[in-house]
Amino acid sequence: MALLSDLATPIVMGILLGGLYAVIALGLSLVFGVVKEINIAHGDLVILGSYFGYVAMTVLGIDPILSLLIGMPLLFGIGFAIQKYLLNRAFKISMDATLIVAFGISIILQNTYQLIWTPYARGLPTSYAIESLSAGPIHIPLVYLLDFFAAIVVMVFLHQFLKRTYLGRAIRAAAQDRKTAHLMGINTDRVYAFTFAISMALAAIAGVFLGLTFSFTPVSGMSFLIIALGVVVLGGMGSIVGTFVGGIAFGLAQTLGGYFFGVAAQMLVAYIMVLVVLAVIPRGIFGR
Amino acid sequence: MASSRKMPEETLLEVSHIDVFHGSFQALWDVSLTIKPGEIVAVIGANGSGKSTLLDTISGMVHPAKGSIEFEEKDISALEPFHIVGLGISQVPEGRRVFPDLTVLENLIIGSYNHNARSKREQNLQKVYQFFPVLGERKSQLAKTLSGGEQQMLALGRGLMSDPKLILLDEMSLGLAPMVINELYRILKEIRDRGITILFVEQNVRRSLTEADRAYIMEAGRVVLSGDVAKLREEERVKKAYFGA
Repeated sequence: MALLSDLATPIVMGILLGGLYAVIALGLSLVFGVVKEINIAHGDLVILGSYFGYVAMTVLGIDPILSLLIGMPLLFGIGFAIQKYLLNRAFKISMDATLIVAFGISIILQNTYQLIWTPYARGLPTSYAIESLSAGPIHIPLVYLLDFFAAIVVMVFLHQFLKRTYLGRAIRAAAQDRKTAHLMGINTDRVYAFTFAISMALAAIAGVFLGLTFSFTPVSGMSFLIIALGVVVLGGMGSIVGTFVGGIAFGLAQTLGGYFFGVAAQMLVAYIMVLVVLAVIPRGIFGR
Repeated sequence: MASSRKMPEETLLEVSHIDVFHGSFQALWDVSLTIKPGEIVAVIGANGSGKSTLLDTISGMVHPAKGSIEFEEKDISALEPFHIVGLGISQVPEGRRVFPDLTVLENLIIGSYNHNARSKREQNLQKVYQFFPVLGERKSQLAKTLSGGEQQMLALGRGLMSDPKLILLDEMSLGLAPMVINELYRILKEIRDRGITILFVEQNVRRSLTEADRAYIMEAGRVVLSGDVAKLREEERVKKAYFGA
């Protein structure tokens, strides 16, 4: 009984943290599922969202969550331009070229962050970010609950968008069969640009909630990219539900790993789980 | 879908002397073809004779190195597929290529993606359900759960959703049971009677020379014979090569 009540907090924290991981991974998963690109700049673009929230808060004095009203369209536009002017062109050369372009974007972003915001860790310290909740044996920071709530809202919206709009259906069609989508009158280059743009709007949300939860530095993007890759591999590439389940599995492995083996081993435990899942079901839990 | 057949003197599609390359391989050599409104025209030939390349070139998936393609007297040879679909040419690709994880209805809606077709979506959907009642019954099913014949009906219905004047059919009967093929060709005639012109590609020569008004016979990327099917059936070369006479 004592073990169970001790475990309650890491389990709840793991699930809630999984929501944040799912939001971080969602854009990566979407771009991989549709455009078949592994966007290795995704973590850095999420951190761009965090820095945007930071500027909105410190310079403009706007609440970071509220600032998404500007941040999402801004990153949406940047994403559209990146896919249209860089990645679509690289794609016509080869898939490797897109990987190299994304790697270049990643390096440029990291160095730009250092120049503008220095290598010091930043955060988004709001009044609600430091609140915590207690229920019986469970103690959790309020912000973890916000992360999870945001994850649900984002996933429901994305699902409805993909299901009900012409653009959403075109995105799914292009993901399943690029050539036939072309024949159906879909401008696939444009659909890809919109897909990347949506992925960036999701990165804006992920960045803000990440900043509310953790501190971040110019090079944090890489570690969150690795987490996102783990989540996407767990859940299966290109599935919303899979990404959500993958996020929760990853979050749980991390918090329970930390509980049993110490904080130093928590990421190790999470990655061993990714490897085991890959060995047993290579397509991931919800992969096709 | 246009409501009446136009004057037979007009030309709907005029392919003139096109050369098409896949990399350094020349797939089409000086190919010409004319289609009038309301016709059913067949392109016949063995595997690798360039039939599918011809359709893909008309659709804008590949562009000719030489020659021109005019649709309703407008040169379309440099246009992208999504422009060409909007002008009224719809291709039903070989192997059906329905979107497996979209429902039947979603597949049909994707067919109406171009802006001209969106406003006529409901109207065209009703017509497609009239041609293929089974699609209406199965509209919420995932496309991958349909039988081969039903998938071909869906591919054809999806093509009709783009509100075409000309529909290009690539190997419609491949791998289907004879009864299903008969049914599809019967519906094809109905579609033509609604004013939609049809260009189809077939390996089955006998079938093509019965169902079409005119045919072009291709060999190794060239048109080697063309004309009314009644005449072609009597040609010595055709008899020898395809009917074993």
